[in-house]
Amino acid sequence: MTDQAIDPYAALQDKEPPKAPRSQWKDVWDQFKHHKGALFGGGFLVFITLAVLIGPWLWQVDPQATPKGREILTMRDIRPIYVALWDNTAKVDWAHPLGTDQIGRDFLANLIAGGRASMAVGWAAMVLALLIGTAVGVVSGYFKKADFWLMRFTDLVLSLPILPLLLVAVTLFRQPLRANFGPEGGMFILIVGVIGLTSWMQTARIVRGDILALKEREFILAARSIGTTSGSIIMRHLLPNVISPIMVSATLGLATAIITESALSFLGVGFPSDFPTWGKLLADAVQRMEQYPERVILPGLLISLTVLGVNYLGDGLRDALDPRIRGR
Amino acid sequence: MLTFTIRRLILSIPTLLFISLVIFLLLQLAPGDPMAQVPLTVPPEVKEKMREALGLGQPIHIQYWKWIVQFFWIEPQVLLDHWLGTTFSEGKLRVISWQTRSPVMDIVVQRIPQTLWVVGLSYIVGILIALPIGIYSAYKQYSVFDQSGTFITMIGFSIPPFFTGPLLIVVFSVQLGWLPSIYDTTHVVTDWASFKVQFMQMVMPVMVLALQTTAQISRYMRSSMLDNLGQDYVRTARAKGLREGVVVMQHVLRNSMIPVITVIALGIPAIFGGAIITENVFKVNGIGQLLLTALFANDIPMVMTLTFIFAILIVLFNLIADVLYGVLDPRIRYD
Repeated sequence: MTDQAIDPYAALQDKEPPKAPRSQWKDVWDQFKHHKGALFGGGFLVFITLAVLIGPWLWQVDPQATPKGREILTMRDIRPIYVALWDNTAKVDWAHPLGTDQIGRDFLANLIAGGRASMAVGWAAMVLALLIGTAVGVVSGYFKKADFWLMRFTDLVLSLPILPLLLVAVTLFRQPLRANFGPEGGMFILIVGVIGLTSWMQTARIVRGDILALKEREFILAARSIGTTSGSIIMRHLLPNVISPIMVSATLGLATAIITESALSFLGVGFPSDFPTWGKLLADAVQRMEQYPERVILPGLLISLTVLGVNYLGDGLRDALDPRIRGR
Repeated sequence: MLTFTIRRLILSIPTLLFISLVIFLLLQLAPGDPMAQVPLTVPPEVKEKMREALGLGQPIHIQYWKWIVQFFWIEPQVLLDHWLGTTFSEGKLRVISWQTRSPVMDIVVQRIPQTLWVVGLSYIVGILIALPIGIYSAYKQYSVFDQSGTFITMIGFSIPPFFTGPLLIVVFSVQLGWLPSIYDTTHVVTDWASFKVQFMQMVMPVMVLALQTTAQISRYMRSSMLDNLGQDYVRTARAKGLREGVVVMQHVLRNSMIPVITVIALGIPAIFGGAIITENVFKVNGIGQLLLTALFANDIPMVMTLTFIFAILIVLFNLIADVLYGVLDPRIRYD
């Protein structure tokens, strides 16, 4: 006989202290960690963004500074420092590790400044496209009356020839915007505007599809039955649930915006020539790429790596944010 | 199916009208005076007459209507005349370019073959490379081939054509000297040697454009094959003892091609847009390059016509994709 009385309460008590409930974002991160490409891509994007943000403080050379007087003869067309590895007659200078261009401007400083412009255009255009796309998607998914016309409109915009229209818009509206907002500000508004206005359609379609499915669910019915207004149903219940497709199309939007801006600069309708962007640097260097291939390759590589990183990030996010794939 | 096609065809008319209106209004709202190049010594009343001769004095809706008539009514008549030798269009005013004072369509017809050759060939090459890659990497999912294939298509996806173009020129024209960097459109193929020259000058522009196509289509092919490889009918086919080649290349491939073919049709207009950049890099004087020069010269009728041709291509291939999807997949019923 055991006289050890079993304490009924002790059996029910937890052996270890209760863990905090796992948040959704921790699950997402756990899945995201497994996608090596996405980690690298995200890391590279953060690195490039930080580099162009704090770069001007670390490398304090004015990208527009040109040598004075006769110095231009010695200071222009300096090759990057690594060229000296295989060509010891090359003109290199530690003061300009990536060389200078044909009028003696420091190329590293130009790359940093160009990256600032390219990334700024990319982010701003992406945010604009997301705002329009989400608004159109939510309204046409939630309000039945607006659905038909908004979606017809989206289809129409989808069948516009985007690149020719971008070229037309940028060329024709360049002068008045420059006059009103200054050469750089005007071009920035124009390019961000046209890219944003022509790339919101995919987001709108995806968001609409998700909203259509979500608004038939019970929690929306419950919310409505206690008298929640449409506005707060959208803000409180619907938008948080469509955040993952929005994030995925944000990454795609960022990649497209960067490429489109560079393409416009390359075709000669982008920013003015004293305002470098990566596409502009590349386009300006194409004329003399036989003698100075690095001036084409460096900005081109930066564009490609950034876009590659963003695309991989999007891939990883898609996997991580999809609850059906997550946990497998 | 026929009723669906007809309905789509009719629906595409308002779409095209809307697009033409957008393009027209965009060009109308844009500042920029076609008389800007006229010397200052020309008196203002003569300038006013020149403006009227260009049809600029009239209200916007009349200008738009006249453009519509010219493009949809007179230009087809010119085409008929050209084919049949009739004289429907005689004496009627066509869309005139402000740069060259000759009909826009005549210039476009001169330029289109170059674009079609480069773009069409690159698309075919791209598809021919993409399909086997997609099929094999889906069949051997997560193999080394699949991983590297995915990586390479991701790179092809991310590198813009205005970077690959100059890069290829530096490597193959400048460093190695194998291929010409400029596309010579006046070159005529008469014998084997001149065919070889033509081939050499087409390699780079075609490959640059094909890289983009390959990246996109092989990804679609792979995911479409993966969707089908897990289906029950594949297991049945294997269970009844069919050879692996038959299972993959006939049963799975045929079903997987359905979405891929629509993607191929949908991608054709986009590749014409991409050709604008490639034509600029390799100095091909196709319609993309024509659009750029017309834009810089403020030649509004030319820009309008070319942009609208791009729009027609998009609408047309969207329609073809929709119809093909219904024809190929008996499960899809539009009616």
